[in-house]
Amino acid sequence: MFELLGIPPQALFGQLLLGLINGSFYALLSLGLAVIFGLLNIINFTHGAQYMMGAFVAWMLLHYLGIGYWWALVIVPVAVGLTGIVLERLMISRLYHLDHLYGLLLTFGLALIIQGLFRNQYGISGEAYSIPSQLVGAQNLGFMFLPNYRLWVIAVSAAVCLGTWFVIEKTRLGAYLRAATENPVLVGAFGINVPRLVTLTYGFGVGLAALAGVLAAPIYSVNPNMGADLIIVVFAVVVIGGMGSILGAIVTGFGLGLIEGLTRVFYPEGSAVVIFVIMAIVLLVKPAGLFGRTA
Amino acid sequence: MPETADTARAAATAADGAPLLAVSGLTGWYGESHVLHGMEFDVREGEVVTLLGRNGAGKTTTLKAIMGILAQRKGAIVYEGQELIKLPARAIARLGIAYCPEERGIFASLSVEENLMLPPRVRPGGLSLEQIYALFPNLEERRASQGTKLSGGEQQMLAIGRILRTGAKLLLLDEPTEGLAPVIVQQIGHTIKRLKQQGFTIVLVEQNFRFAASVADRHYVVEQGKVIDTIPNDDIEANIEKLHAYLGV
Repeated sequence: MFELLGIPPQALFGQLLLGLINGSFYALLSLGLAVIFGLLNIINFTHGAQYMMGAFVAWMLLHYLGIGYWWALVIVPVAVGLTGIVLERLMISRLYHLDHLYGLLLTFGLALIIQGLFRNQYGISGEAYSIPSQLVGAQNLGFMFLPNYRLWVIAVSAAVCLGTWFVIEKTRLGAYLRAATENPVLVGAFGINVPRLVTLTYGFGVGLAALAGVLAAPIYSVNPNMGADLIIVVFAVVVIGGMGSILGAIVTGFGLGLIEGLTRVFYPEGSAVVIFVIMAIVLLVKPAGLFGRTA
Repeated sequence: MPETADTARAAATAADGAPLLAVSGLTGWYGESHVLHGMEFDVREGEVVTLLGRNGAGKTTTLKAIMGILAQRKGAIVYEGQELIKLPARAIARLGIAYCPEERGIFASLSVEENLMLPPRVRPGGLSLEQIYALFPNLEERRASQGTKLSGGEQQMLAIGRILRTGAKLLLLDEPTEGLAPVIVQQIGHTIKRLKQQGFTIVLVEQNFRFAASVADRHYVVEQGKVIDTIPNDDIEANIEKLHAYLGV
């Protein structure tokens, strides 16, 4: 069948796999954005820079302290998440009573500053970060080779997305979060500390970005622009999924990664823009996004 | 006057001195607009009092000020001897005051049971989930439904039921009968009487004074952000003309 279409199966599956990998990062990053936007009403433009910080801090841990990949998976999201908490307390929290636009400008400015600092220090050539020895190698699936590390990235991303979805939709903490997203004043009047919930949510969203950064470090070169390149696509994913929708962010993240991969097979010229074309169509047909609640 | 349980308790609390809630010189603003102009009233433990008045008199704003969700407020609000005027809403809730807003505030992204379980327990002695379901059997049948899919009456029951779990002693209810069918209004009236029997203290904002008269011990008439009259429920028939004039009915 593949021969009939003139597409070798290796190419098709190879691109689908690549799409799934990209989708894993789209999902993790747009999930963080969706969680933050839902509760804070802030479009976190610093997200790409925080993803880049995740990759760099993993590299720094290895380079300066000799701490390897597995510890980095734990330490980096916490450390970068803490910088997010400081940022939220010192700056972002002062903007909640203002229009969305101010939060967007602040976080965009912060992204430029963070990227500038890293560019200044490390240049733009990028640093190498090798795959941990346990995950070197590949599985022969008969029709293609599946690198172990890529499989790991997909599995971790899927597990983290699923876990986050579960916590938000099925637990008491998640109920606080959903309620505070709808009506923070009333939730506060029930005795819940909403400002602390907001701070921790921002820290968690930033931690997700940093985790994506650690996962990306062995695949892409660790460089100061890695987040800026990716984040524009991720914003398109969030818009398609529906601003603030958790499930929407996850499903569209993986889905659009796959669609992008397929486009690369069938119409390579369109692969760079296909997500934005879909975004335009979705905005025309369903402005709240595929999974968005129409308020 | 015969010595009823009510007057006996009133005498007892008067002997103890302080009421459960004492509001004095309370002023409040929404931005530039000055809504409360020195509210004065108090509520004794176990009492049901109403704030009666026309639209825009400042009744809802008074509840918001007590609860701490009116940002600009001055004066004194003393609950169990503690001054609330500078506390944030979450701290006020933790002292055992609970609020049921006029718009009910049911969360669309939460199921009925999640809505019920949302407010944390702030003190021991709240109702259990079973007791709340016994009070409002409709809610148990619809425990898994989305909160906002309920009928208006059921949403009101959910909004009241939700604050009974927390152990709060003072309930602030903002127009719980608004827009509901007479049979539901009756059911809410029964509920309020049962809550009074169980020892809850209730401040009720109402426009429907027939309903207010059926549940309350005392009525404060509010006009232009001030209490302009106090009417014990026992004297309501004698004051009916005056009330009609106040409320413009």
